[in-house]
Amino acid sequence: MNFDKELDARGLNCPLPILRAKKALGELTSGQVLRILATDPGSVKDFVAFAKQTGNELLSSAENNKEFEFYIKRK
Amino acid sequence: MTDTTNIDELINQRLEALLPQKLEALLQAREEAKTPSLAIIATKGTLDWGYPPFILASTAAALGWDVTIFFTFYGLQLVKKDLSDLKVSPLGNPGMPMKMPFGPDWFKSMNWNIPNIVQGNVPGFESLATALMQQTIKNNGVASLTELRELSQEAGVKFSVCQMTVELFGFDHNDFVEGMEYVGAASFLPVAQVADVTLFI
Repeated sequence: MNFDKELDARGLNCPLPILRAKKALGELTSGQVLRILATDPGSVKDFVAFAKQTGNELLSSAENNKEFEFYIKRK
Repeated sequence: MTDTTNIDELINQRLEALLPQKLEALLQAREEAKTPSLAIIATKGTLDWGYPPFILASTAAALGWDVTIFFTFYGLQLVKKDLSDLKVSPLGNPGMPMKMPFGPDWFKSMNWNIPNIVQGNVPGFESLATALMQQTIKNNGVASLTELRELSQEAGVKFSVCQMTVELFGFDHNDFVEGMEYVGAASFLPVAQVADVTLFI
């Protein structure tokens, strides 16, 4: 999937992946896509909630060998 | 006369059928347009209890909420410029696991069940526990309190400080970080009144 910016949140724990993602999304313009890498297992549900609350669209959420990859489109 | 009565009746019937739907839609629209808000009272001044207010505040702000934290009593410790002297005490806290943040896995997974009598009488025990906790925080990729506090302030979390306890404990406004509002209970309560979530921590 294409993306405009990448955030490496691997090794970071709650709530840092969400806080960093919020910041990174702020640097994008509407419609641009942020790719996030994380290792916090809690982040899977957290990004769903984050997207729902903020109106930014969670395009995909995947796990690969205990690493999580999210694509979020800026509102 | 009969015509007017008929028309009135028809209008009433129509309104009764339409109003509930309309009202429902209006209320829902208002609910969706509303910015959620969170008001926290932070009363604890230890390394461990400093986390919940800042984690919840910074996350709520990231979700787009309006957030206020009211720091009072020992919670004042959380807004001091230097947070490095915050401590954690395992004494009288049987819920706190005492594990070593270094060494081989079997060693790290051991829970050191140290009796209160030892914890209370060995000088420097609290400092040791604090150092171990700080290392564990680092090992787990958990943010420092200072970082979470900065992120909260950056995200627009309002910090209110209880002026009465500032004086009670002999603090000075210079002891605290910038951006504080020094207020009393009468200022916080109206904030809590309209908040969707209020927490006493």
